Amino acid sequence: MDTTILEVEDLHTHIGQHHILQGVSLRIRPDAVTVLLGRNGAGKTTTMRTIMGVLHPTRGAVRFDGRPIHHLPPYEIARLGIGYVPEGQGIFGTLTVDENLRVAALAEDAASGRRLKQILDLFPDLDRFRHARAATLSGGQKQMLSIARAFVNPNRLLLIDEPSKGLAPIIVLHLVDALRAMKQHATVLLVEQNFAMASALADDFYLIDDGRTVRHGSMASLAADHELKKKYLGI
Amino acid sequence: MKARAPLLVALAVLLLPLVFMDLRTYLTLTVAGLAMGMLIFLVAAGLTLIFGLMDVLNFAHGALFSWGAYAGFSAAVLLERRWGWAASPSVAANGLLLLAAIAVAVVVTVGLGVLLERIIVRPVYGQHLFQILITLGATIVLEELIRIVWGPNDQVMPVPATIQGSWDVADVVVLRVPVVAIGLGLAVYAGMQALLNRTRIGLIVRAGVENGEMIQVMGHNIYRYFTGVFAAGSALAGVGGLMWAIFSQSVRPTMGGEQLIFAFIVVIIGGLGSVTGSLVGALLVGLSYNYVAYLVPKAAIGVTMALMVIVLLLRPTGLYGAAK
Repeated sequence: MDTTILEVEDLHTHIGQHHILQGVSLRIRPDAVTVLLGRNGAGKTTTMRTIMGVLHPTRGAVRFDGRPIHHLPPYEIARLGIGYVPEGQGIFGTLTVDENLRVAALAEDAASGRRLKQILDLFPDLDRFRHARAATLSGGQKQMLSIARAFVNPNRLLLIDEPSKGLAPIIVLHLVDALRAMKQHATVLLVEQNFAMASALADDFYLIDDGRTVRHGSMASLAADHELKKKYLGI
Repeated sequence: MKARAPLLVALAVLLLPLVFMDLRTYLTLTVAGLAMGMLIFLVAAGLTLIFGLMDVLNFAHGALFSWGAYAGFSAAVLLERRWGWAASPSVAANGLLLLAAIAVAVVVTVGLGVLLERIIVRPVYGQHLFQILITLGATIVLEELIRIVWGPNDQVMPVPATIQGSWDVADVVVLRVPVVAIGLGLAVYAGMQALLNRTRIGLIVRAGVENGEMIQVMGHNIYRYFTGVFAAGSALAGVGGLMWAIFSQSVRPTMGGEQLIFAFIVVIIGGLGSVTGSLVGALLVGLSYNYVAYLVPKAAIGVTMALMVIVLLLRPTGLYGAAK
């Protein structure tokens, strides 16, 4: 068996009456970037939220390091070493940038201090506006803060949901650089609609359609497969 | 500047009654209004955090107010019968009686609060209708229990001699109990601000008020914090009840329900989840109630509603509420 840090097996999730996930299966390789692709409403965000324990699956399993985690509450899943950067960033606008980073740090020790310094080097804007209320940041800065919060802890897996959404192209380029630097430290599961960004970062891809995983493989193979891209992504 | 705007407008409006009355009446009413405001603040502060943090509508908060009043009342009666601490001219004995009554009120309401949260509130997280029904049900049970334990009639609250009567400050009669209430309210506010702004627990609670789901996916067990907030809010309601008993020199089983409506109005005026908003809202309600009760007695209840409507028209999220 090849090494897998996160395994999702035949996941089914309902939101209210709606059967959103109808069989999502993933195997995430450690130290790689895997991107979830698919149209709007395909179930990418729901997959992320189910992995994080915010939503509970009606069937199937999620295993982290081989250990089932789908029955755990979100705060226990997070403490296993999984960081989450949600769609829409989930910034605490009434708190300052510094407070946002501090509330995210589960341990305020030397190691988290080093990681914080690393992240502030990557995103110098955050250091500059450290005492500003997070609500006053620009969209790009908020995204950086959201990613930084997930990076403060020694997380082994980062779930990042559509980081490029609503951002100017120049900011997206900066994000790509930052995420590239981060993949040295953690495994990344990314949801990304921006295909250029996805192909610049990802090693592997999974394609989700109507709540099911339909294809997976290496990102290089997808880039070459125009038929597949057209069918599922409309590009 | 924008943050201070509601405060400036409020201050300007509160000077308006001076046109219709002489300064001495105005000052007397102001002290009474501030005291009433502080007591409502004690109730509203807990309510706003409970609602802000977990989106829980706790209608049992008023029953905790009554229980705090009765628990403190029992302690005060016991100490007065045994050693005469209330009637005694000794400031130390009076102070001890007051502290003992507060301590008993806090212990009883914290205990009740934890039980309520664990047994009744926890199963109905996220379901407002059930929360209203079950906490209203708990209110009825708790009120009836008061009738069983202490009897259905009004009883006279022993008030320590030191804080009875009034001081005469430059020809203005200043009642002592309201001054004590104002002092206590300010101390509670300062304590809450310190706790929320200077401690890690406070940081997590503030973040949780803004986005509870995010705080959980960051690895914080929000339920544990919520039980703490619920217990602290219950204690504040209990102390508020006790102070109200001293203020009105009586206790009765329905006293909490009457205050709860004011407290909910204050929470809405101040903005959900904001302690400062609760303080400003409570003082606004207390002051305007007293001014209007003097000028146009029949309109006194209406003015609180009008205040809420005006605030909501101008700022739908309340004076200090952050848009969620």
